Amino acid sequence: MSEKRAMPIKKGDGWKTIPIGGIIPEGGTAEAFKTGDWRTVRPVHHPDRCIHCMQCWAYCPDMSIQLNEDGTKVIGIDLEHCKGCLLCVKVCPDKVEALTSISETEAAKND
Amino acid sequence: MSEVKDTAANQERTALTGNEAMAEAMRQIEPDVVAAYPITPQTEIVQIFSTFVSDGLVKTEYVPVESEHSAMSACVGSAASGARSMTATSANGLALMWEILYIASGTRLPIVMPVVNRALSGPINIHCDHSDTMGARDSGWIQLFSENAQEAYDNMFQAVRIAEHPDVLLPAMVTTDGFIISHGMEVVNTLDDRVVRDFVGEYKIPRNLLDVDNPITVGPLALQDFYFEHKVEQAHAMMRAKPVVQEIAEEYEKLTGRKYGYFEEYRLEDADVAVVVLGSTAGTAKVVVDDLRKEGIKAGLLKLRVFRPFPYEELREAVKHVNVIGVMDRSDSFASIGGPVFSELRAAMYDMDQRPLVTNYVYGLGGRDVDLHMIESAFRELLSIQDSGKVEQYVNYLGVRE
Repeated sequence: MSEKRAMPIKKGDGWKTIPIGGIIPEGGTAEAFKTGDWRTVRPVHHPDRCIHCMQCWAYCPDMSIQLNEDGTKVIGIDLEHCKGCLLCVKVCPDKVEALTSISETEAAKND
Repeated sequence: MSEVKDTAANQERTALTGNEAMAEAMRQIEPDVVAAYPITPQTEIVQIFSTFVSDGLVKTEYVPVESEHSAMSACVGSAASGARSMTATSANGLALMWEILYIASGTRLPIVMPVVNRALSGPINIHCDHSDTMGARDSGWIQLFSENAQEAYDNMFQAVRIAEHPDVLLPAMVTTDGFIISHGMEVVNTLDDRVVRDFVGEYKIPRNLLDVDNPITVGPLALQDFYFEHKVEQAHAMMRAKPVVQEIAEEYEKLTGRKYGYFEEYRLEDADVAVVVLGSTAGTAKVVVDDLRKEGIKAGLLKLRVFRPFPYEELREAVKHVNVIGVMDRSDSFASIGGPVFSELRAAMYDMDQRPLVTNYVYGLGGRDVDLHMIESAFRELLSIQDSGKVEQYVNYLGVRE
């Protein structure tokens, strides 16, 4: 993953400084926009059961499945961007169950 | 002045209809993309232009879309991609573009569009009034009106420069009166292709979608926390367009010898009574002014060319000495205090210490002919208002049967 970046348009910016025409003047800014707190449930990754089939990585709509450096193994979930859709849990093969879910209420008790 | 003469020598006197003049202007501008759909009385413009494309006279990508909504949408896409983009329309076609008009201006894309003014249905009508363009007055487009084919031709080039000016970056519509100008043939002084090419220059926008090294997102969401700021920035762009209109007009005058501004004043300097008018009716009204002057009546005229940005300060200054003004609106606002030109000019005069009296003539709807007698009757009314010192009625419908 690339380095953390700042949003090009900051909260509180006024009409004199925002980019004209409402454009977003650079790419990949979704990374700087934290959407993790939209979640009510979260996926939990169990490395001991994971076979690294990459189904979850392929299906995740928010690019929140974290891989190792050479991109061959699943190492966890990016909870700053995961919106808790649980598609990863759904596509994780039945016999594997390397991804399960837990409510954020429950998760908060353990945090 | 030698500069004017030299350049003027390169102009050619050509007999053209308004539509032919605008199509010719588009050929000379040679936009990268034209996306259009036919609608009377504009059809000829894009029909003639498409002939230029098929004859290989221009390299423009011509997109024959399935509606005006698609025409404006295609222009938004191509303009955002760094291509100079044009379309043309009338009346119901402009109405079908409505939501995209706002997207073009809000996204700050300098699209230039001839609008051949035609009444909006219903009842169905194909003839001239200004209700189409006036309906779009708050869509964030620059609006230039033309009195004749020459002005339509000249306005096209200036519209490109104003719209694409880095301080502005707003779309612009150039209007003519449907049939009266669009299908009427008159002599137009045309410029050399090279002169036009040098005047309009290259299409440059600060950022474009096809610049893969500097990726941008066009048209994203801006909700409660940013939409308002974008709209205020847009309002300031329209304010910045005002001096640019003047600057470009002066440059164009040096090139062609033809003078343009926010409006034309015709025998207005010492006028007691005057009419304010847009488009082709100005020509008819000038004859009435001349006739009344022969009678010793100090009549005058102001022909508004630029409706957006609305030059309210300059207008105030131009009419301050006039006793009574009759504003002629070729569109109605239905039980408002008057038509759009009237209500805006009247509001502009509110802060004056000595305000002219002002009344409104709604005229010519659906192409109803406006003749010398009608305009003269309006002037006679202005004179009686001058005598009585009282405006009895804000809105008068000129030449309508009871």
